Amino acid sequence: MTSETVTVYVDGDPVDVAANASAAAAALQAGLGYTRTCPITDEKRAPYCMMGICFECLMVIDGMPSRQACMVKVRPGMRIDRQLGPRKLQ
Amino acid sequence: MSKTFDFLVIGAGPAGMSAATVAAGLGVSTVLVDEQPAPGGQIYRNVEAHAGDTRGVSVADWQRGVTLVGEFRASGAIYRPGTQVWQLDAPRDGSCMVYVTDGEQADVLRARRVLIATGAMERAVPISGWTLPGVMTVGAAQILYKTTGRATQAGTWIAGSGPLLWLFAAQALEAGGKIEGILDTTPRINYAQALRYAVPALRNHAYLTRGLALQARVKRAGVPIVKDVGAIEAKGDGVLARVRFRMRGQWQEVQASTLLLHHGVVPSVHATRSIHADHRWAPVQRCFVPVVDEWGNTSVDGYAAAGDGAGIVGAEASARKGQLAGLEAARALGTIDRARRDERAAPVRVELERHLPIRAFLDQLFTPRAGFFAPADDVLVCRCESVTAGRIREAIGLGAMGPNQMKAFTRCGMGPCQGRMCGLPAAEIIARERGMAMDEVGLFNVRPPLKPISLQELAALPE
Amino acid sequence: MNETAECVVIGGGVVGSAIAYGLAKRGVKPLVLDEGDGAIRSSRVNFGLVWLLGKGDGMPAYGFWTRRSADLWPAFAEELMAYTGVDTCYVKSGGLSYCLGEAEYETRSEIVNRMRAQAENDPYEACMIDRRDLVRLMPQVNFGPDVLGASYGPHDGHVSPLNLLHALHAAMTKAGATYRAESPVTEVRPSGGRFEVHTAKGVVSTPKVVLAAGHGTNALESDLGFDVDVLAERGQILVTERMAPVGLLPANGVRQTAEGTFLIGTTNEDVGYDTSTTPQAGAVMARRAIRVIPALAHARIVRTWAGLRTLTKDGCPVYEESAQYPGAFLATCHSGVTLAAIHANDLTEAIHSGKLGANIEPFHSTRLRAQ
Repeated sequence: MTSETVTVYVDGDPVDVAANASAAAAALQAGLGYTRTCPITDEKRAPYCMMGICFECLMVIDGMPSRQACMVKVRPGMRIDRQLGPRKLQ
Repeated sequence: MSKTFDFLVIGAGPAGMSAATVAAGLGVSTVLVDEQPAPGGQIYRNVEAHAGDTRGVSVADWQRGVTLVGEFRASGAIYRPGTQVWQLDAPRDGSCMVYVTDGEQADVLRARRVLIATGAMERAVPISGWTLPGVMTVGAAQILYKTTGRATQAGTWIAGSGPLLWLFAAQALEAGGKIEGILDTTPRINYAQALRYAVPALRNHAYLTRGLALQARVKRAGVPIVKDVGAIEAKGDGVLARVRFRMRGQWQEVQASTLLLHHGVVPSVHATRSIHADHRWAPVQRCFVPVVDEWGNTSVDGYAAAGDGAGIVGAEASARKGQLAGLEAARALGTIDRARRDERAAPVRVELERHLPIRAFLDQLFTPRAGFFAPADDVLVCRCESVTAGRIREAIGLGAMGPNQMKAFTRCGMGPCQGRMCGLPAAEIIARERGMAMDEVGLFNVRPPLKPISLQELAALPE
Repeated sequence: MNETAECVVIGGGVVGSAIAYGLAKRGVKPLVLDEGDGAIRSSRVNFGLVWLLGKGDGMPAYGFWTRRSADLWPAFAEELMAYTGVDTCYVKSGGLSYCLGEAEYETRSEIVNRMRAQAENDPYEACMIDRRDLVRLMPQVNFGPDVLGASYGPHDGHVSPLNLLHALHAAMTKAGATYRAESPVTEVRPSGGRFEVHTAKGVVSTPKVVLAAGHGTNALESDLGFDVDVLAERGQILVTERMAPVGLLPANGVRQTAEGTFLIGTTNEDVGYDTSTTPQAGAVMARRAIRVIPALAHARIVRTWAGLRTLTKDGCPVYEESAQYPGAFLATCHSGVTLAAIHANDLTEAIHSGKLGANIEPFHSTRLRAQ
C-alpha cells in the first residue's frame, strides 16, 4: 500500500496518519479512546462501524460539529476534536 | 455540470461500478454517485491504493477490485464521489428525481432510470456493553486496515460467526497484527443443517478451500479459538476492559482492549424502503431484502436494485448482477433491444450462476444464533437515543403494535442513524414479544433525508 | 365475537384518548378502538404547541375555549405525570410569532389588535414586542437582521406531543379504559337506543359512542347522523439532531424540544392524503428558519415528516351530540394537543352528563352549514 502520510491535530495534538485515512481512523490511531459523549447519558462513545451507518463517530472537524469522522478524509492540518454532549447552536 | 441523465447509479461497489460500466459502454448517458471519496464500495475500499500489492491473502481480491475500478473509470460514465443521496422521488413523467448533496449545497439530478446499489452493512447485534469504546465491528477493523495499513493491537478479541471473521483474522495476522483469541458463536447445529447444502457448495470448492485455508492459517498462528459460544458481554468502566463469554453454560472472562464483532452482513435497505419498494423477509439470512426480478427491477417503476443491497451474494455475484442491471437499463431506455440484451446477458448469467451454489450452504452455516435476538432488558438497542430492550418491551406491553408506534413511545430510531442500527434488532424483539412473523412486523418507516443534511445545504437547493 | 361496553370511543389519538381518560376518571369504562401501526394517525405528527395565539379569529367562543384549556394545562400536565410517571414536558413559556420585515410586523399587529377587540373580554392578552424584547427574553440566541419583533402570547407554551399521547394511553388504561389497537371500525348501526359498533373482530353493543376518529370520521359520521366533512391539510416539519438548550421560547415556526431537537415548520397544503415531504417545501422552511436564527444553518436535519391536519371548514372544533341518535357524540378539531386539557375535563364532563351545555353550543356543526 502507498505510504504517504499527513499531519492532523487530534484534540490539539499532532498525529501523522495515512493520507487516505478518515478522521475517525486518525482519532483512533491517536489513542483518543472515546470520540464523543452521548448527548443523553454522557456515556463515552467511539466509532463502531467505520462506514457511515452507526453515527457514533460524530466529531467536531475544523470547528464544524456533528460530522461523521469516518466519512471525512484527512487533510493536512485538519483539526479533529471530540464532541462532548449535544452540539451547540452557535 | 449536467443534471439530467438517462441512468443514475447509487453506489460505487462492484454492482454499481459494473452497471455503470456496461450502460456507459452501450452509450447510455450514465452518472454514478457515491458518498465515499474513492470508488470500490466497502469490499474494495481504497483499492486503488493497493494496486501495487503483490502478495498476501487478499491479493486476488485487490486485483479484481483494481480491474473493476479501472474499467469503471474508463467507461465514460460520469463519476460524482463525495456525493450523498438524501431523497429519492417516485418517477413522474418518466423521470426520477434524485436529491443529492456535496456537503455544501443540495441539488437535484434527474434520471429516467435509477439503480440502487448501496450494498450491505454489518448486522447489528446488541450485547451488554456493545457501546463501550473499544467495541467495533470486524468490518470497521478491516476498513481501518484497508485505509491505513494498520493491523490489530494487543488485547484484541474477535467474536461472532461468518466468513468475514476468518478472512479478517488472516489479514490481520499477515499484517503483523495481534489477536488474543476468537470466540466463534456459530451454533453446533448449524454444521449439521448446512450439510444438506454441501453437495451444491462443492461446485464452489474454491470458496470452500479458501475458507478452510484461512481458518487453518489462524489456527496455525496459535490463536486460541473457542467454539460454540452462546453469549458475549463487553465489560468496562467507560472503556472496554474485559470480555465475558458463555460456552456450554459456563461463563469465562478475559482481559480485552478491543472487541471486534461480526454476525454476518445484511442488505442496507434504507434507500429501497424509502421509495416504498416491496421487501420480503429472508428467514435463513434473517434480514429484509427488496423484491426484485431477474434483472434487478424493484416493484417501483424506474428503480432497480443490485449487489449485496438486493440480497447478500458476495462481490463476484454482485458484479454480475450489476452488469445485468446495466443491460436492463439500456433495454428499458431503448438503447438496445430485448434480443441484444438477452444475448449480452447470457454469458453474464453463466458467470453469475458459478458464484451462487455456495450461498445456501453459507447462509445455513452462518445463520445467527437465536439467543442474540433476545437481549436482556438492560441492553441498549438504540444507541443514538439510548433505548434499552426493556423499554421496547414496555412499549409493546403498553399497546404499541409495531415498530412505528414503539418508536413514537420510546424514541428508538429517532436518532441520526435513522434506525439503520436498531431497526432489525428492535423488530426481532417485537416479533418475539408479540409472537408475530418478521414480515408482519416490518421496519420503521423511512423518511427523508436518507442521511442528515444541514439546513444550509437544504436552503441552497436550486428552485 | 360480540360484546358490550359502557361506552365506545372510536379513535385512540389525542382527542379520543383524552376523552377516554376523562370518562374513565368519572367511573365509566370506555372501550377505545384504534387503528394499527400504519394508520394516518395525525396525533403522531404534531408540532407540540399548546397555543392560544391566533385561535378563534372570527369565532370568539373558540378563543375562550382555548384559553380555558391553556389555563387547565399546568395542572393537567402534573396530574398525568403523577398518575402515569410520564413527563409530557409541558412548559408555559409564552409563545411567539416572529415578524421578518416591516410588512410582516404590520400584518401581525393588525391581527393581534383585531382579535383583542373582537369580544368584550380579551382571552389572548397578546401584544407585539420588538427586537430588543426578544434579545432580552432569549439572551443566548442571535437573531437574524430581518427579525423586527414578534407577537407574544403569555398563555402559550409547548409540550412533547408523543409523550402526551403516551401519557394519555397510560392514564386511560390505568383509570379503567380498555384500549384495542388494530380494530378499525367498519360501521356503526344505531339500534333501539343503543349502537352496534362493527369491527373485523366482532361487534360491540353500547349505549354511548364518541366518534373521535380524525380522518376516519368521514367514513363513519353518516352512520350516526353527523355531517361535518373533515378536511385534510398537509403540514411538513423538519427535525434536527439534538442540540444544547438555548432558552428559546416556542414559536409557531420553530421550537426547541425538551430533547434538544429543533422542530421547524410548516406548510399548509391541499394534497389529499399524501403524507410525503417535499424538498422544495423543506428548502423554503429552512431558508426562513435561517433568517430567524442564522446559527441554525449548520444544524443537521435528521428527519422530515408530514402530518394531515384534521380541519373543519372554518378550522374550529366541532362538538355535538347526534340529533338523530342521542348518545352518539362527535369530537373533531385540529388542535388536539392544545385542547387535550379541556377535552379531558369540561368536554368529557359534558359528554358524561349527557348534555353539551351552552359553552359548547357554538361548536355545533350547524354553524358550518349556515356559511
